[in-house]
Amino acid sequence: MKLFDNKIEFGGYLSACVVLLLILPAMNAFFPEGSSMHFSSFQLSLWGKYITYAVMAMSLNLLWGYTGLLCLCQSLFFALGAYAFGMYLMLHVGVDSVYNTALPDFMDFQGYTALPWYWAPFENGAFAIAATLLVPGVLAFVFGFLAFRSRIKGVYFSILTQALTYAASLFFFKNNLDLFGNNFILFGGNNGLTDFKEIFGYDVNAASTQRWIFVMSAILMLVVYLVISWLLRTKFGKVQQAIRDSENRVRFSGYSTTTYKMLIFVGTSMVAGIAGAFYVPQVGGINANEMSPAKSLDVVVWVALGGRGTKFGPIIGAIVVNIIKSFTTRMYPDYWLIILGAIFMLVVLFMPNGLVGLPKQLAPVWARIRGNSSTSAIAAS
Amino acid sequence: MAHIPPKKHTPLILSVEGVEKSFDGFKAINDLNFYLEEGELRTVIGPNGAGKSTFMDLITARTKPDAGKIKFHLDNGEDVDLTRVREHDVSQLGIGRKFQNPTVYSSHTVYDNLKLSLAGERGIFHSLFYREKPADRDKIYSVLETIRLVDNAEDLAGALSHGQKQWLEIGMLLAQDPKIMLVDEPAAGMSDEETERTGELLLSLAGKHSLIVIEHDMEFVRQIASRVTVLHQGHVLKEGSFDFVKSDPQVIEVYLGRQTRKH
Repeated sequence: MKLFDNKIEFGGYLSACVVLLLILPAMNAFFPEGSSMHFSSFQLSLWGKYITYAVMAMSLNLLWGYTGLLCLCQSLFFALGAYAFGMYLMLHVGVDSVYNTALPDFMDFQGYTALPWYWAPFENGAFAIAATLLVPGVLAFVFGFLAFRSRIKGVYFSILTQALTYAASLFFFKNNLDLFGNNFILFGGNNGLTDFKEIFGYDVNAASTQRWIFVMSAILMLVVYLVISWLLRTKFGKVQQAIRDSENRVRFSGYSTTTYKMLIFVGTSMVAGIAGAFYVPQVGGINANEMSPAKSLDVVVWVALGGRGTKFGPIIGAIVVNIIKSFTTRMYPDYWLIILGAIFMLVVLFMPNGLVGLPKQLAPVWARIRGNSSTSAIAAS
Repeated sequence: MAHIPPKKHTPLILSVEGVEKSFDGFKAINDLNFYLEEGELRTVIGPNGAGKSTFMDLITARTKPDAGKIKFHLDNGEDVDLTRVREHDVSQLGIGRKFQNPTVYSSHTVYDNLKLSLAGERGIFHSLFYREKPADRDKIYSVLETIRLVDNAEDLAGALSHGQKQWLEIGMLLAQDPKIMLVDEPAAGMSDEETERTGELLLSLAGKHSLIVIEHDMEFVRQIASRVTVLHQGHVLKEGSFDFVKSDPQVIEVYLGRQTRKH
């Protein structure tokens, strides 16, 4: 089955493969520091982070752009995946020098001497990887079942998902939880999980390890892109877009729209979760800030800016906004949010199809300018 | 009054008996009895608030009645209780509904609109791995011919005129091979020529399908109607030929009277 709309898209995809999988890693590995061809490890991790954000944006786009569900908990799914994998990394930091135990520091600090039962399985890498998919997936399943079955949609769905994100972030900000007289230590509170040492036996901070994680993040993004391209061409993808256009008609055509929405919701939550797992080792930590309601709105801005309902838009949006963010937070730290808000308003007002839709939007203007100049040229002659 | 079905010339396909439905104390449907024969084209008229839309919602299991029976009679002699069916299963049983405002999938082509509506499996796995068969294509083109949109097959549905969207939606019902078609105000907002063509289309469908058409436009009702049911306050006020209904003093009082006074 054809996956690409045209040759330009196919060419763009191939170039992305070459740049992300070969050129950037090679520039990092084979050129010495200081060489003009060198791509620093710092830059590589930074771009790795952008890529995981892009994957999260793609997953939101599948929900919002193609199914019409504006979900404000994509950052929560992302953070849950990140926490699940972060817990694995946290349990492989080795024996620390201060407390002389293998426990994470925040547990030592609070006087814990043994791992709580809900932390213990995360020592196993396979379990942790499964959890990056299953924790967001199960949450999405339960929440989606309740919301879609009661026909909650539109702005009410958005508000509920926002509330879910807020509740979860409050929970993760806590250090411990008192429940039925028992004290449960949670997930590192404010500081979250950080100071990782090892990933599957390799030094997580070594340049070569980071390079591999970058390459795998890029593969993840490229594969997700292909899967989305395939999905949109199937009848399933068409039903999905039909739900966006007219859910009632779809239901009266005999499709259980609830089941379709459930599958998309759960699937995209898992994609966001796995993206979160790739985020953690490249950024070096995860804390509850990453699932705050503001973060979930950021993703919406990326998708809107890049072009909602386009395959390429969310990637462009996530990368462009984060480059601007890296730049402005360094140069004008106080104005970052104002700049972001202004960008969002400009896009909503003047670029309904986002950056990706800009060439098409400007085509008539461009044609008019060229038309005018050619007529004036004729007049002059 | 009326728990007696009409004389059976042709077998019944739908019977609605003693149905009641209230919303917050307001009786939208009040002891409603309604019988539809196989292949019949029935027009339902009535003033605003007569319960026409609620009536359709009840038949399509969108709302459940407080009391009464709604039975769909299958070919094999079995009856399906439509009050116990899930909304998305109604169409699989063979009941299709056209909404008042044209609802088509505006970002899909006309062809894809019909493809999604074709009778068949509706499950997730089916739709993920579905491949178009020649028979599907033939069926889609035969529907396109019926609704006269062959030349527009590859156009986006959102770009069609209002009238064409209405026909496309009727086509989407046809693609499902429905036994009963519920058509809500098909001529609303159409030009005279479009209205006439819509009438021809519906008349050509009667016989192969059983149709219930809700309509306000009396000229249109005259064109298509063999039998007219007048609803008033959630109850059948009169039932009969267009001329019989039109000359009934009660009907003139509640419905036609107001219309003629308005003009």
